[in-house]
Amino acid sequence: MTIIPKLMESGLTGRGGGGFPTGKKWGIVKKAKGDKKYIVCNGSEGEPGVFKDRYILEKYPEEVIEGIKIALKTFPNSSAYIFLNKNYYKKFKTKLKSLTKNLPITLFKKTGGYLSGEETVLLNEIQKETKYEPRLKPPYPTQSGLFNQPTLINNVETFYYIAQVAKDKYKQTRFYSISGDIPNKGVFELPISWSAQKILKETGNFPAHPFFVQTGGGAMGEVLLPKELNQKVEGAGAIIIYDKKKTDSFKLMEKWAKFFLKGNCDKCVPCREGVYRINEMVRTRKIDCKILSDLFFVMEQTSFCPLGKGATLPFKSLCNKLQLL
Amino acid sequence: MQQTTVTLKINGKTIKADPKSTILEVAKKHNIDIPALCYHPDLPVKANCRLCLIEIKGNEGLYTACSRKAEEGIEVKTESPEIVRARRINLELIFAQHCEECIDCILFPDCEMLRLAKKYGAQCRRFTDRKTKYPIYQFGPSIIFDSRKCIDCRNCVDVCAKQNVNFLEIKEKGHLFQIVTSKDKDKDCIYCGQCITHCPSGAFEAVGEFEDIEEPLKEKNKTVVFQIAPSIRSSIGEEFDMPHGSVVMEQIVAGIKKLGVDKVFDVSVGADFTTTEEAKELAERLEKGSVLPMFTSCCPSWVKYVEFKYPKLIPHLTTVRSPHMMSGGLIKTYWAEKEKIDPKKIKVVSIMPCTSKKYEITRKEFRINGIPPVDYVLTTRELAFLFRKHKIDLKTIKPIPADNPIGDPSGAGVIYGASGGVMESALRSAHEMITGKPLKKLEFKNVRGLKGLKTADITINKRKLKVAVANGIANAEKIIKELESDPKKYDYVEVMACFGGCIGGGGQPVPTNDEIRKKRAQSLYKIDTKKKIRSAHQNPIVKKVYKEFLTSKKKIHHICHSSFSPKPKSCIKQLR
Repeated sequence: MTIIPKLMESGLTGRGGGGFPTGKKWGIVKKAKGDKKYIVCNGSEGEPGVFKDRYILEKYPEEVIEGIKIALKTFPNSSAYIFLNKNYYKKFKTKLKSLTKNLPITLFKKTGGYLSGEETVLLNEIQKETKYEPRLKPPYPTQSGLFNQPTLINNVETFYYIAQVAKDKYKQTRFYSISGDIPNKGVFELPISWSAQKILKETGNFPAHPFFVQTGGGAMGEVLLPKELNQKVEGAGAIIIYDKKKTDSFKLMEKWAKFFLKGNCDKCVPCREGVYRINEMVRTRKIDCKILSDLFFVMEQTSFCPLGKGATLPFKSLCNKLQLL
Repeated sequence: MQQTTVTLKINGKTIKADPKSTILEVAKKHNIDIPALCYHPDLPVKANCRLCLIEIKGNEGLYTACSRKAEEGIEVKTESPEIVRARRINLELIFAQHCEECIDCILFPDCEMLRLAKKYGAQCRRFTDRKTKYPIYQFGPSIIFDSRKCIDCRNCVDVCAKQNVNFLEIKEKGHLFQIVTSKDKDKDCIYCGQCITHCPSGAFEAVGEFEDIEEPLKEKNKTVVFQIAPSIRSSIGEEFDMPHGSVVMEQIVAGIKKLGVDKVFDVSVGADFTTTEEAKELAERLEKGSVLPMFTSCCPSWVKYVEFKYPKLIPHLTTVRSPHMMSGGLIKTYWAEKEKIDPKKIKVVSIMPCTSKKYEITRKEFRINGIPPVDYVLTTRELAFLFRKHKIDLKTIKPIPADNPIGDPSGAGVIYGASGGVMESALRSAHEMITGKPLKKLEFKNVRGLKGLKTADITINKRKLKVAVANGIANAEKIIKELESDPKKYDYVEVMACFGGCIGGGGQPVPTNDEIRKKRAQSLYKIDTKKKIRSAHQNPIVKKVYKEFLTSKKKIHHICHSSFSPKPKSCIKQLR
């Protein structure tokens, strides 16, 4: 069986956070018409509490490169970029360069912020556009991406698993970044079917003290109470545990708000102004519930890119579940 | 194969549309009101303001009409409780950035933001203004940018980039991006004012707009004369709710006289002198084989661009003065002599479609015996505001024929206001000057129109004259690049910085778009067709002044020509 049907059959989904079926994406790029095709390995990992790509680059760089090589073979006349955040570039460039010698693979050091991980911002950055802003979709990168050519963008972890699928070694697992007020922090490769509760228990991280968790990511992730842990961990696969007594909810929200204020691109009204106003309210501890719900509404419904749409979730879930307001 | 039309439904109405057009464009065409502040047909779609929200049947969530193409079979809704709520809140957030100053705003009373606030029940003051401490900039003597009013739509940055000027930039300050002026020593504002006409929030305006417009009327013991640029006659009517392209020259004259101003001149007469001199210069350059191509120089933004960015091209610029500087000079010399008025006691006020002309009148190279030919420049918008302030309505005022104290313009002088007009006027005259025979057909249709770059080959005396006409500086840049590889590619080049020429100038009524520019231009060409005298050099007044007054080369040079020199980056002041 060739790789695309294999990927389809495996059910592998993107591990950057979007969860798009990998086989389907490959199929679209394969069919797309272009003078040449581009492959981008997204290693921009920049959200607090998400550090599994770093772990993979450290432990299994050969497997990641293997995944990219499979893509190069699958798409004739293609070349690849590995897009790395500054720290990862510094840390892994020597190793990665030795592995990609004589291959049409370029290492690219990210200069932008958090949003540069968004796939179209990333493309603009590689193209050296002046503004690091997301692009209008359609066209999707799979049809017209880097330099207007069909482009496959997959996360570091996804490429790792592509190599596993090719070798028939993929066992329906993923990498979880676990951090926070717990003893056994780290990255764990575990079944995707496991619930958050099971993951915490099996890794020896289920707290005895009152707590809440944030899953998905340390900024965009949803806040869950201990009784809600009977669900799978989605997104970028992060679990952050907060000691309920020790955590100042407002300080936590301030941290998120600042992260988004710094990380968003200020292109569209709801995200730029919404995040600004949330930050102001959280900073001054003066929250107007009516305004907050209006801001959430326009951010979720009308933001240009996933950042603005998703940035409301942590605030919303924390405020609701801890009954802050 | 691409379908030629698609059928879609908007608010239940079946509509056939071009699949290349967006839903917003389709809706506009069918008079369906979808609000959009960051949308401008001159610019690429950005989808920043998030107001043109729509619902598409069978799809969850809201979409933006500006970025969504018309697709076969889709059913679009442009109003729903969700859409209205989202528009209201986004409008409130837009107003949260915008420090209102409606009374002195170029967009008042037709402000789209205010209309939408009213329509969607948005509270303009729901949030405290976040930009109260933002700076106000002044670009030379031409443009004010009050960034406290900016709503970050970035039209100005895009239009500045479209001009290849790139003077306006976005820069992150304290985690928020703002529009700032470039610190790059190779980028300078050319004062074209396209930022003004593309800004939906009134953050840009001309210097003095509108606080200084009464100044010319306050001149004591002076003879104040107004002169009207060619393009104003077909644009200012819009300020008084008249259809686009309405020709209101006689109404303007009546309005100005009602302001208490006695003498009203037509800059088109000045244009006839410019043309005559320019055609002479062209014929001379062709004959002598001196620096070619010759560039027009009546657009001060273009001149500034050359002086700043391409000083080595300065010898290409014709030294002939722009029309209003020409007529201003003639008013203060020829006419002053005739009327026995001390030129120092004459104040010339030019009504211009242009913000750059405010800069041009400060250029010392234009002075005649130490006196500037023009003392004030008011834009089309400023004159309209002045009229309104004095309760003068061009729609109802009784027209008065222009008295034109110097004389009447030819048709050639009127078409100066449209891109290609200067070229066409000069060719009409140059042809006769070179061949000694008048043209059989006066129209040079292939240099007309809104296309950014137009070229033509014109045969004069068996010599093929290669001409190019650019509107928009990026198009001029293309010509410069072409000339770098082939210096003989053109003989004569007309450049206007603004899209469509002066009819699309930075001082013109807002909104401006291609449809409107087309109508403004068409009206000028119509005036030309009706004129008995259509070539500048045949204008009796031109002949008369050359015979009686412009009798020596020295005098002609003194009054009709100017000079250029390399210029450093201009002064950008931060007013607060």
